[in-house]
Amino acid sequence: MATTTADYDPPARHAPKHEAVHEHVPPFFTRWFLSTNHKDIGTLYILFAIMAGLVGGIFSGLIRAELAEPGIQIFRAGSWLARSGLIEGSNHGYNVVITAHGLIMIFFMVMPAMIGGFGNWFVPLMIGAPDMAFPRMNNISFWLLVASWCLLCTSLFVDGGPGKGFGGGWTLYAPLSTTGHTGPAMDVLILSLHLAGASSILGAINFITTIFNMRAPGMTLHRMPLFAWSVLITAFLLLLSLPVLAGAITMLLTDRNFGTSFFNPAGGGDPMMYQHLFWFFGHPEVYILILPGFGIISHVVSTFSKKPVFGYLAMAYAMVAIGFVGFVVWAHHMFTVGMNVNLQAYFVAATMVIAVPTGVKIFSWIATMWGGSIEFKTPMLFAVGFIFLFTVGGVTGVVLANAGMDYSLHATYYVVAHFHYVLSLGAVFAIFAGFYYWFEKMWGVKYNEFLGVAHFWLMFIGVNVVFFPQHFLGLQGMPRRYVDYPEGFAFWNKVSSIGYVITALGVLVFLVMLAESAIRRRKAEANPWGIGATTLEWTLSSPPPFHQFNELPVIHAIEEAH
Amino acid sequence: MVGRVSASQLMSGLKASGRQVAGLVTAGSATMFAGAAFAQGVLGQPTDKALGLQPSGSALRTQAAFFHDWVLLPIIVVISLFVLALLIYVALKFNAKANPTADRFTHNTPIEVIWTVAPVVILAFIAIFSFRLLYAYHDMPKPDVTVKATGNQWYWNYEYPDMGGYAFDSNPLNQVKAEAQGHGLYRLAVDNPMVVPVGKTVQVLATGADVLHAFFVPAFGIQTTTIPGRVNQVWFKAEKEGVYYGQCNELCGVNHSFMPIQIDVVSQAKYDAWVAAHAKKPPVTVAVAAPAPVAPAAAPAADAAAATPAATTPAAPISGAAAPAKS
Repeated sequence: MATTTADYDPPARHAPKHEAVHEHVPPFFTRWFLSTNHKDIGTLYILFAIMAGLVGGIFSGLIRAELAEPGIQIFRAGSWLARSGLIEGSNHGYNVVITAHGLIMIFFMVMPAMIGGFGNWFVPLMIGAPDMAFPRMNNISFWLLVASWCLLCTSLFVDGGPGKGFGGGWTLYAPLSTTGHTGPAMDVLILSLHLAGASSILGAINFITTIFNMRAPGMTLHRMPLFAWSVLITAFLLLLSLPVLAGAITMLLTDRNFGTSFFNPAGGGDPMMYQHLFWFFGHPEVYILILPGFGIISHVVSTFSKKPVFGYLAMAYAMVAIGFVGFVVWAHHMFTVGMNVNLQAYFVAATMVIAVPTGVKIFSWIATMWGGSIEFKTPMLFAVGFIFLFTVGGVTGVVLANAGMDYSLHATYYVVAHFHYVLSLGAVFAIFAGFYYWFEKMWGVKYNEFLGVAHFWLMFIGVNVVFFPQHFLGLQGMPRRYVDYPEGFAFWNKVSSIGYVITALGVLVFLVMLAESAIRRRKAEANPWGIGATTLEWTLSSPPPFHQFNELPVIHAIEEAH
Repeated sequence: MVGRVSASQLMSGLKASGRQVAGLVTAGSATMFAGAAFAQGVLGQPTDKALGLQPSGSALRTQAAFFHDWVLLPIIVVISLFVLALLIYVALKFNAKANPTADRFTHNTPIEVIWTVAPVVILAFIAIFSFRLLYAYHDMPKPDVTVKATGNQWYWNYEYPDMGGYAFDSNPLNQVKAEAQGHGLYRLAVDNPMVVPVGKTVQVLATGADVLHAFFVPAFGIQTTTIPGRVNQVWFKAEKEGVYYGQCNELCGVNHSFMPIQIDVVSQAKYDAWVAAHAKKPPVTVAVAAPAPVAPAAAPAADAAAATPAATTPAAPISGAAAPAKS
């Protein structure tokens, strides 16, 4: 990426006049509801992700409000929540909320933002392609996700068995998801996940085809920007893992409705089989959530250090390695289910291996900054925050990788803290880094730097106050998914809930920032970041023309001293 | 059978190495960290505002706590602080004001080799302790007492095969009764706890009656999912008399938060008296009656449902065992 240069004249400067006039933008309904334009679809995905993120964030607010002190405060009959009629005021209501929080944040916030949003927007721009390979399929990918979202929301309000909605956790473990929830809420949820999975598989096919076939002349794979690399690897993970999830939840569906016994021991099935299938999808899934973030962070760090990415090839192949090894470590989620000890030993070893390429990435980002001339604009703050917090989440992952240690920590708040450090503080910080980095490029207006920086600091402090104390709770043995807990866990839960308030303030500032930029409409520059921003999207206007690269750019290597 | 023989040979080899670590731990805990710097609070239950693991109630858990407190924790803290220090240094030294002109270097093979090899070495170091601990967990001595724990929605059922299949349900106490047993015990204390003798190897055979549950007792560092159709095994050897609390740790539905585990560890004399009072037929000597150890890997149970129709006679409370032990 950094060792290339684009031989490309932006149409804004040199294109003949009649081409600019020919820029045909369809009318509103056609443009946004029948869209085949990768940038418009990317925008739809991002708006969708913001909406879903707010809903999922409200659900985390309900969780933190409930857990602020021992006793059951809001998930009981007669509370304001119960009176609202939206969520059941019961223990079951709490289980429904934690389930929905997990599913929404994973399938409807992080994935749409990173892959659907930034992936759609910037993969074609970065590789010098006019659009995605299958524009109509791109459109149906998005609208399947909307349908999936509607089913998920429906599931919250129909009978689940113990009450409204499905409350069995995002992992949908059998038999709680089969005999444990007899109502239609779980069936609706299964269909929702089928649609979300189909949406992602179609998207993955689109990205793989686009990246393999539509790179501009000279844009070899080894010159391709790291974000495009990360989306390519993510697309392969999606393509290979999601069918396994689809199979597993289809078996749930038939176990529930058609008398099969895949996961029912009384009929010769095995509940553990579900967990193996689920985590064969579920572990690659967590890399699906973070890999595009790795790509984004590489661009942001390089741009604001005004320095090419350190060890470009190592960075690309570290992601390949993480993606590959990510497929052979799944049972580290299952150390306590009674697997053979030698099998557990294998999964311990394989899991620890992942720390090596991850370490390469962390140190390469720091080496990229080393010797740079760093400007700490909002995207860079989020990127630096990401590097540190992802390190913290990574090292607690190494602790949990040890099966002997996992017996004391499995499914406790230590795990909750660990995966929120890599997701809520890792993936989400990467998303915000990308959002501010490409803000002008996407929306054609500038954001307010002060509000951006305020957003960062509130979020940074807030999420740390939420999640750091959860390590302590986990070490003391607090189980996750508890609506109520003994006095011995009271203090750190209180602190954690205070952190939520700070985080929520940060999100509020984010919304103010969006409104401010929409009202003021300061005109964007093509490249606001200067010489550090070297990828192709910065050669275009902000926002880019409706159709870009009618003449393909040609990429040359720069001779560089090593 | 060949596989079984070689596995047991492997086990005995690892047992020896496990003992070395255990010895090291004992020596260390006697000298360096007698005050248990990280393990805070009351033995057998969570302590408010604590930062580390619960105090250990068994040698095996002491080994696990040593691994966490003196191997893993220092390593992860040092790595995190190292990364933080690098970031701070870079931010101070290479910000745009301090360093207006950026370098262009993108490669440095020696440093790349170092940051690839160094983590491998660190992980290999961790793995030594990790594997010893893992195999120690799966190297159960001949059990003295066997208890079958069955997870139900939403209570535990404990069955003592050595006592002629004596079994009873264990339900949480209401707030008034629980607080009467000690502060902070509401949501932990139960009416009929599991009773086991101190200093003896207790084998817990865990299974599920309806959905998944998990038998989790932090002070012994034991946790296993209870699965319908399977029997999983965990074991512990309590070092002190006292009451040890745990909780269900696998989402099992509406009252997941309200099916705690209470284990009363009592003297052999008290245990014998308890057995005599409750056994369905005169108990044979415990050591003789102990069944052959189940393989560490979960063997499918003959029939999980067999666990459920067990008698539900409540056990008489053990006098003197109700108060939490102070460490």
